[in-house]
Amino acid sequence: MVDLPRRSLLAGMAALGASACSKINDSETTQEVFKAAEDGHRALHRALAGKQGLAKEFTRDQRSPTFRGNGSVTVADPFYQDQLAKGFPDWKLEVRGLVETPLALSLAEVRALPQRTQITRHDCVEGWSAIGEWQGVQLGHLLDAAKVKKEAKFIVFRCADLYHGKPYYESIDMVDAYHPQTIIAHSLNGEPLPEKNGAPYRMRIERQLGYKQAKFVQAIEAVTSFDQIGQGGGGFWEDFAGYQWYAGV
Amino acid sequence: MAKKKHALTTRLWHWVNAVAIIVLFMTGLNISNAHRHLYWGHYGFDANDAWLHVIRFPGWATIPGHYNLALARDWHITMAWPFGIGVLFIWVAMLLNGHFRRDLMTAPKDWTPGAVIASVKAHSGANAGAHHGYNSVQKILYGGVFGVLLPLMLISGLAISPGSGGYAPWLIDLFGGRQSARSLHFIAAWGIFGFFVIHIVLALSDWRLILEMFTGGKREDGAPPAPPQPEPVAEPALAAEEGAPAHG
Repeated sequence: MVDLPRRSLLAGMAALGASACSKINDSETTQEVFKAAEDGHRALHRALAGKQGLAKEFTRDQRSPTFRGNGSVTVADPFYQDQLAKGFPDWKLEVRGLVETPLALSLAEVRALPQRTQITRHDCVEGWSAIGEWQGVQLGHLLDAAKVKKEAKFIVFRCADLYHGKPYYESIDMVDAYHPQTIIAHSLNGEPLPEKNGAPYRMRIERQLGYKQAKFVQAIEAVTSFDQIGQGGGGFWEDFAGYQWYAGV
Repeated sequence: MAKKKHALTTRLWHWVNAVAIIVLFMTGLNISNAHRHLYWGHYGFDANDAWLHVIRFPGWATIPGHYNLALARDWHITMAWPFGIGVLFIWVAMLLNGHFRRDLMTAPKDWTPGAVIASVKAHSGANAGAHHGYNSVQKILYGGVFGVLLPLMLISGLAISPGSGGYAPWLIDLFGGRQSARSLHFIAAWGIFGFFVIHIVLALSDWRLILEMFTGGKREDGAPPAPPQPEPVAEPALAAEEGAPAHG
């Protein structure tokens, strides 16, 4: 009984606080400050690490015993499921958009290109980490093979999965696209990628968080802007939940 | 010469930092809710490997007041700037203006049980506050906050960011891995929270202490390097005003 007025007072204060907070959160100034911080972090990281500064690589015995599959872990599309069962014999990886020579490569062709193997840590935005050995082709190599045009500013990854009913996609700028550890991986710990980790291809962008590491990649697209893609945020989580596009923090 | 008890740099930093750590702590609790397990080492994702399972922090304790990882992260890594620059700023200011040497730096005698008992006595009873400078317990506590907890928050926070691997992989190794850094970030946050509670309780015991953190207050034993002189005949109220250490 005594508790009741206090509770309603607290609830009232909380409600007042909540409405004030949502005003602060939604204000243009706040959003501009957040954007400035995000851009600032990217600029600072680039200044400190250099464009080519490498993320830490580990030894085999430092790997986590398994590699967690999180978020989007399956693809409903029947063609995908058929290809998954057969080892992706008819799956094509496209390199398209602002390139002079669009490519459509089979898994065998991708595996025949120069390979990079790296044992790196995957950091989820939620806070957990896993360590795995990835093998694949440097994205820069594919972009050079397709003769990416000078006006390209971003690389967009188009994925085969629908997550919460929407096509998953991600994007990075040309600095990260040409980073030596940015690979399109087809193997994890010496085995073809399992479905939960993005078979047949997932991106590795080692200086950013897990949601940037697009899985089930079908196409690599060079663009000048991602304003017209999805809701314009540059990725599924950026559109869907407001995650930062630069995920280096 | 009448000097301010709290330098302008101290007061300015105090209030900017107060806002920053409240926002950082409450957004941090929201972020903690995203994965409520803590690990040691480089990796960790399986709850079975966790050394600590963290409770789900309720909405009233988090910013925003409901689970929103994107917004909590936006606030957290934006407020990390005033916090981080502030820690560097106050250290430089404390070293330059003598606050560190005068009030926070401990001598071996401060670590003796006798010094602790004397501090507790000086801090309680009718004679509370009737002395100058910081007592041994205060020196150790403040020193622990400035020397250990605040810098630890800052560098463990940097080590958690995947981008830091590109420029300071040694920073992550210093902690023994990203998950260790994350665990220490969590522990240090609660250490600061513990200090915050003591600080608020003691400051609320005398509202003039809070006022002085705005106005600066008065300090009459001005010469910085001189050891504080005992004042046997001091009016308790007056003494509390001019000589009370910053409890909180």
